[in-house]
Amino acid sequence: MAGRVERANSASRLGTPLPLVGSYLSKWGLPVIIGIGIIFPHVAGNYWIDVAVFWGIYVLLGLSLNIIVGEVGLFNMGHSAFFAIGAYTTAILSERFGVSLWLLLPLSGLAAGVAGYILAKPIIHLRGDYLLIVTIGLNEIIRITLLNNPLGLTGGPNGIIMLDQFRIFGHAIERPMDFYYLVWAFVAITVFVLIRIQRSRIGRCWNYVREDEIAAQAMGIDTRWAKLIAFTLGAAIAGATGTVFAAKLVVISPESFTFMESVILFCIVILGGMGSIPGVILGSAGMMVLPELLRNFAQFRMLFFGLALVLMMIFRPQGLWPSRRWTTILREGEGE
Amino acid sequence: MALFIEQLVNGLTVGAVYSLVALGYTMVYGVMRMINFAHGDFFMIGSYLGFTLVSSALLGGAIPLWAALIVVVVLSMAGVALLGVIVERAAYRPLRRSSRLTAVVSAIGVSIFLQNAVMLIWGPRYRAYPPWSVPSITWQVGGIYINFMQVLILAVSFGLMVALYLFVQRTTVGAAIRATAIDHDTARLMGIDVDQIIRLIFLIGPALGAAAGVLLGLYYRQIHFTVGWTYGLKAFTAAIMGGIGNIPGAMVGGLLLGILEMLGAGYISSAWKDVFVFLILILLLMFRPTGLLGERIAEKV
Repeated sequence: MAGRVERANSASRLGTPLPLVGSYLSKWGLPVIIGIGIIFPHVAGNYWIDVAVFWGIYVLLGLSLNIIVGEVGLFNMGHSAFFAIGAYTTAILSERFGVSLWLLLPLSGLAAGVAGYILAKPIIHLRGDYLLIVTIGLNEIIRITLLNNPLGLTGGPNGIIMLDQFRIFGHAIERPMDFYYLVWAFVAITVFVLIRIQRSRIGRCWNYVREDEIAAQAMGIDTRWAKLIAFTLGAAIAGATGTVFAAKLVVISPESFTFMESVILFCIVILGGMGSIPGVILGSAGMMVLPELLRNFAQFRMLFFGLALVLMMIFRPQGLWPSRRWTTILREGEGE
Repeated sequence: MALFIEQLVNGLTVGAVYSLVALGYTMVYGVMRMINFAHGDFFMIGSYLGFTLVSSALLGGAIPLWAALIVVVVLSMAGVALLGVIVERAAYRPLRRSSRLTAVVSAIGVSIFLQNAVMLIWGPRYRAYPPWSVPSITWQVGGIYINFMQVLILAVSFGLMVALYLFVQRTTVGAAIRATAIDHDTARLMGIDVDQIIRLIFLIGPALGAAAGVLLGLYYRQIHFTVGWTYGLKAFTAAIMGGIGNIPGAMVGGLLLGILEMLGAGYISSAWKDVFVFLILILLLMFRPTGLLGERIAEKV
């Protein structure tokens, strides 16, 4: 999954058990995991396939937020707004104009990306916690707007029913198993692209801005531009994921895009390890699959879940699978 | 004009509650540079404790109503203050040295835990304060109506805010709080027990939140285990509006937010009032990036 250089460094520099697991993964892990992934829907029941589908959707969302929070260190706690823009763009255009979902995938990404750019432009200079509350505010503004059914477009609290599905050569993707392969194919593509970006010039710029904005500026990086690119790209990926989500859920309503949803995405990034792609995959498993596994405890499960979040932060603050570059921040201590 | 003044009074009432809750956010932020996402839940638990106390035999008529109300408010404040200290010890102190985002996620964990604990104890449905818990007196002053609860909320919250202001400003302990807010290490060198100060902050903040919770419960009657997030978000917005870490800022921010919200509800529409509030917040931060009164807890006070 991660590249050779990165793996070697993470294993030798951190010396913690998980990156070591990472270096084992390099030889046998990846083929084995892909193999298990392909066989999984043939042995699991539909319920667990669906859990895996939603896990995949949250991996995509987590990856998109990871660009903003993890790579650049911008506190964005309103990410589900962009997800909502993508899902609603898909549902409205598909129901009214019968646009194909394959076309809507990039269109929704574009819509959310443009919205992300326009919304982030005037506020991107805000420092940490101020940016946090403003993004929460944007999330609420968009959710309430959807709820109030402007121009009769969004269907108010009931939302929109979208009947179209992804089609491959006329075959509609609607069984859980088909969806599973579709979603995880998207995950694989996104992960591949993001790893390339992480190692590119802009990827290193982002990390530089996160670690020390003033030094980055002094080295000639246009930090404002770097932040805006991250915000726009993150929003666009979340928007495109909205299309997949709309196809899976059929009913698109404002309650899927609450502040709580943004908080979950935020937790995924921190829980996994900021700026770490395998971390996001593990983090979303923690946030999505763990509550399902705790189902036996019935009404106590969210209680345990809250407790688990606290314990995780106390005993593994760097995240489940920390990125190599994250360690420098930890050494500084308070991370002011 | 009557509508304007009426909405102003309504806004002040709600705003006073926001201010009390915002103080908890701002004090924790001032001293620890941390957003306590569980603070709204302290507020919510306060209103549930108040609900249980009010519904219990306490208000059966054995003691006069005003005394019973004081007992209810004080007991709820004490209970939630104790909870606040426990939460700080268990979930926040181990994270004092780690990154700020880690502490935020831990606070979110605490919040989920508390909400679900309340749901298990008091049930998932709306609970309502009994109608006889406060006298339903309404006065008519110059064409507008003011009821007993509004007066009570304004009196109690302004009383608490003035007391807090004087405490932070005029006492030795208050000076220690202000010193800790500026610099932990220097404060420690001056002989201040920083842990003790943080514990004190987690005693005062949740207690104020609990008082707000009881007052709001008595005002609107209906309570639910999710109100902590709704009001917590508003109060946090208020704290940011005033300049986070700044105690008078939280008071001003809360009142301003309440008034804006009620004017928005009166003149625009109640469905869009929150959009209006957040738009103002965004505009404000675009032009004054550290809030109305600026950020620092100490010098400005």
